[in-house]
Amino acid sequence: MTSFRINGRSVTVKTDGDTPLLWVIRDEVGLKGTKFGCGIGMCGACTVHVGGRPTRSCVTQLNAVEGADITTIEGLDPQGQHPVQRAWRAIQVPQCGYCQSGQIMQAAAMLKDFPEPTDADIDAVMTGNLCRCMTYSRIREAIRVAARDMAENKA
Amino acid sequence: MSKDKNRLPRAGLTSPRPETGRFIRVIACIVAALVVGLGAFAAFAWRPSIAEVPTPEASSFSPVLLQQGARLAAAGFCASCHTGAGAKPFSGGYAMKTGFGTIYSTNISPDRETGIGAWSEDAFRRALHEGVARDGSHLFPAFPYDHFTKLSDADVHALYAFVMTQPPVHAQNHPNEMPFPFGIRALQAGWKLLFFHAGRFEPQVDRSPAWNRGAYLAEGLSHCSACHTPRGPLGQELTNRLYQGASVDGWFAPALTQANPAPAPWTSAELHDYLTTGVSRYHSTAAGPMAAVTQELSAVDPDDQAALVTYVESLGQGHASSDRTASAVASALAADAQDHKQIGNAGGRLFVSACASCHYNRTPDVNPNRPELGLNSAVFLDDPSNLIRVILYGINAKDGASGIVMPGFARGMTDADVVSIASYLRSTRTDKAQWPDLAKQVAAIRAAGPGEIR
Repeated sequence: MTSFRINGRSVTVKTDGDTPLLWVIRDEVGLKGTKFGCGIGMCGACTVHVGGRPTRSCVTQLNAVEGADITTIEGLDPQGQHPVQRAWRAIQVPQCGYCQSGQIMQAAAMLKDFPEPTDADIDAVMTGNLCRCMTYSRIREAIRVAARDMAENKA
Repeated sequence: MSKDKNRLPRAGLTSPRPETGRFIRVIACIVAALVVGLGAFAAFAWRPSIAEVPTPEASSFSPVLLQQGARLAAAGFCASCHTGAGAKPFSGGYAMKTGFGTIYSTNISPDRETGIGAWSEDAFRRALHEGVARDGSHLFPAFPYDHFTKLSDADVHALYAFVMTQPPVHAQNHPNEMPFPFGIRALQAGWKLLFFHAGRFEPQVDRSPAWNRGAYLAEGLSHCSACHTPRGPLGQELTNRLYQGASVDGWFAPALTQANPAPAPWTSAELHDYLTTGVSRYHSTAAGPMAAVTQELSAVDPDDQAALVTYVESLGQGHASSDRTASAVASALAADAQDHKQIGNAGGRLFVSACASCHYNRTPDVNPNRPELGLNSAVFLDDPSNLIRVILYGINAKDGASGIVMPGFARGMTDADVVSIASYLRSTRTDKAQWPDLAKQVAAIRAAGPGEIR
């Protein structure tokens, strides 16, 4: 038995402790926004937040998150109005869209650490999130827009 | 006569009869010596049992004493060793793999039948001070009585009060798995004769009260050197290499002296954050057996936390070299800034894809939530075990920085991938030589699995 909180809700599952967290999120908890990409922690499509930190759920074992607080794309903002999500829509970032929940979760976490990210910061932190449609230039732009949005709303 | 004559040549000096007699006499002497020796050893090894007593009532102890005992028990990590995986606190069963077989910690909950509910305070004190159980048998030094012997009677009293008022758990002790003759408890008397010095802590008059309190805790109750000091062939701590770092349970407990290889000095502030929260800005995250240590230390009395920090800082003299922090940080951040140029080699590519999203930092400073590998002792130690273990098996939400997970990459990465990343970090973050047997060690640690196994 493993207990954790996901998007503010307490959950206890009986799944084996060595099951990937991604399986549990999608198949036990039933939240399908988090995607399976490579399954080996190398593409970032499965990124969720654990304790506020971006974490690749396909290589995270269930027993590692006992007692942890998890946020998925569904819980990032109840109305889908996180500044990164707004920027994503404004710039029409996605093409096929498969990687975008991982990209958005990674970007939202990055802006907490780097509220005014340089291009080097964006490249260093986001390189692990692959986009097979090659929307990287729009991803970078959306992150800059979201950063400005957050700075303005803070001020 | 003729008979005698005939016998004479056979008799003489080479006659077997006097020789047999001498042989028998020698054997008899040896046997007698053995019997006397064994008898003397048995007498020397023998300890009386101490009579059972009724389990003391919680009401017989003051709340202040119980709180003091709880904080001391945390400083001694009693629950860490005396609780098996998934078991109830203090019910025992934690396996310790030693060079002498596997020893299982015992039930120290106050259950009268399977725990220590029938132990008097005298019996409890003797166990801590002399390593002898209530029934008179010798305890193995996996139970660090060689450190607990330094405890004051007042602290033993508080610990006794705390332990005896915990919920009793009925759980039989797991038998030890030790090959002959290591399992013979009486032989421990010999080990004690060689290596054990009973006696309370003696403060050093030229040191501050805080330092002495820290020394008392670190050398006694918290038994830091049990992991951080190398051991000799009979499992004894090599006191001439005190705190110089040692392999333990598949991890490497780094030196607490100036031999510690972390580039940033262990100042008091760093030690305090690390020891009481499991994470510090310039030394990252506690993992492996150290994770439980920091969890327990978070519950220790704040003055005792500060005293421990004072003492441990004095071992490594971190304050004296605190001006090294800035240059260490600068060179770590400079390496972070170069990673994106390193995608021409496999290690660099893997690092920017799998690691940098969390581990990248930039000027002016390191974010403690982004553990800076250019400052991490795991990358700088001669033994790569800690780095390999964390890459393969990660750090769970309970350990290290609370609530945060480093995923383990055992399923995602081949041994060659792990070797690439480790070598990449070694060459880009340190000026040390590559680890010579890295591939072999990665394979061995993967084969051993995530458990804390030697």
